[in-house]
Amino acid sequence: MREITLSQAVNEAIAEEMRRDETVFLLGEDVAEAGTPFKVLSGLVEEFGTTRVIDTPIAEPGFMGLAVGAAMTGARPIVDLMFGDFLFLVMDQLCNQAAKIHYMSGGKLKVPLVLRTNLGATRRSAAQHSQSLQALVAHVPGLKVALPSSAYEAKGLMKTAIRDNNPVVIFEDKLMYQDKAPVPEEEYLIPFGVANVRREGSDITLIATSSMVQVAEKAAEILAAEGIEAEVIDPRTLVPLDEATLVASVKKTSRAIVLDEGHQSYGVTSEIASRLNEQAFYHLDAPVLRMGAMDVPVPFSPALEDLTVPTPEGVAARARKLCSGDLIHAA
Amino acid sequence: MTKTNTEDYLRMYRQMVRIRTFEDHANQLYLSARMPGLTHMYSGQEAVAVGICEALTDDDKITSTHRGHGHCVAKGAEFSQMFCELLGKEEGYCRGKGGSMHIADQSHGNLGANAIVGGSMGIATGSALRAKLQGSDDVTVCFFGDGATAQGLLYEVMNMASLWKLPVIYACENNGYSEYTKTAEIAAGSITARAEAFGIEAHQVDGQDVLAVNGLTQKLVARARKGEGPFFLELMTYRYHGHHVGDINRGYYRDKAEEQEWKDNRDPITLFRAWLLDQGIASEDEIAAMTAEIEQDAAAAVAHAEAAPYPDTAEVDMHVYAG
Repeated sequence: MREITLSQAVNEAIAEEMRRDETVFLLGEDVAEAGTPFKVLSGLVEEFGTTRVIDTPIAEPGFMGLAVGAAMTGARPIVDLMFGDFLFLVMDQLCNQAAKIHYMSGGKLKVPLVLRTNLGATRRSAAQHSQSLQALVAHVPGLKVALPSSAYEAKGLMKTAIRDNNPVVIFEDKLMYQDKAPVPEEEYLIPFGVANVRREGSDITLIATSSMVQVAEKAAEILAAEGIEAEVIDPRTLVPLDEATLVASVKKTSRAIVLDEGHQSYGVTSEIASRLNEQAFYHLDAPVLRMGAMDVPVPFSPALEDLTVPTPEGVAARARKLCSGDLIHAA
Repeated sequence: MTKTNTEDYLRMYRQMVRIRTFEDHANQLYLSARMPGLTHMYSGQEAVAVGICEALTDDDKITSTHRGHGHCVAKGAEFSQMFCELLGKEEGYCRGKGGSMHIADQSHGNLGANAIVGGSMGIATGSALRAKLQGSDDVTVCFFGDGATAQGLLYEVMNMASLWKLPVIYACENNGYSEYTKTAEIAAGSITARAEAFGIEAHQVDGQDVLAVNGLTQKLVARARKGEGPFFLELMTYRYHGHHVGDINRGYYRDKAEEQEWKDNRDPITLFRAWLLDQGIASEDEIAAMTAEIEQDAAAAVAHAEAAPYPDTAEVDMHVYAG
């Protein structure tokens, strides 16, 4: 199978959906000729023109609001939010408006929009360009949240998001844009709410999202060399969450670590760990551990920044302790 | 005096009386503790909603505010479904899930009231962007109050609307008060100049004069349909009640003499009624009959809503996501 980058996968997904449905359009800062700072959207304005690939002023709440109104009245906007950190700027339009309009109207109005943005630290971009804020939006009923972990997922999830009749927030790992993965030439979609078991194992389950999937897979390799078989599962969407697959795996392995690059406290890892405790308690041989980003603003200095996110070695160390029965009360 | 517009004039009068009557009943529901929550009265501002909405078709869109019953009635909504919504009943426009501050009536182009002050400015402008992208000639009117001019979102979306010549009309209802504070204390400089700074044609108009509002809006809507938008209106008006129905003792921010002056000399319904009589468009008897009929409709709608069933409890987690 051919291999393409995550960036190309996103570009292809959007182009295919724009060809398929003329109500789909893009708006955001420097999405047209510039193709975004990451060049993910390069070439789209040449094909679809400036009426469907719209450069906006630097006004995130404003263009987010425009997308909500356009979506409510028959269009399917894709909003490009240049950095995930800018979510804090659009919270009213996303969470008070887009997320609630279908419910508040008793099901009459729909808001089919996609907000594509990114996550991920270790790019030496400091505290306002490095956050992973998926927990923030996953907390709000009415929003769906997708976290692609490779080019394959990025394309399939994006196409599903564009066809969904709800506001969907997609976070791409900004460090993964140039990473290649096998992506079929023929069309495919990845349904929401279906986790992907990336590696089977019997001793411990590593549930990992987005950027943490690679970390978990590397940890699994380290552990395999020591005779510990880790199962690696990527939920792919946080909302809806494929609870059944996660619970079934943990019932099988009896141990779990949940990995996500958002801050650990009150985060994605906490939520998934709670659900596992509630639904698989009698099958557990150890507490479910959370491994998220440190609860600090992301520092600039490489010497500090690298300490804030989970590493394969760190995950393997925790898993080793869990499997040996050492760590009953997690630090 | 040409009589060709008689029906239009009578419909405008009727709609203004319907709004006032609706609000009187809503206020009574609150005061007699028969309504959950609270609500914000539109009484006093009727000429704004009616003057503007009578210049629109069902294909044209509006976005409304927390003080939104007037816009909703003026855009064509029915009393019965509105009262049902106020009481949280299944038959309400939003199946009881929205309440007073969130009534949406898509069939008449009402994209919904909004309980975030200024929260619908993006939605209205986005509706206009969609119209332009899809080559549709509908116009969107964004209702908001003077208080909302303090929100930054307005300036972000006016900038884009002007850059892209979107068919949106920003209708700022200046009723003199931003919640419990005089507008002069929260808005520096001129309100229309804010729009003019973006190159948007702005007009200040007497919001108690339904014909002035309607005449100007008709012209602007026609121009917006041709791509000459956006436009901005500052409609000088007055709210008779407090910020919300429970805001009874308001002497600390507004005196009774001022309220009485507007009710006695600037009431939009009284003024228009006098004009209709003076022009011979309607007789005292005809107006009295119309008023009585509207009162009867409202009373029947309230009775219906009070007897109507609440939504089934199974609805609580319905409509979180669209299929």
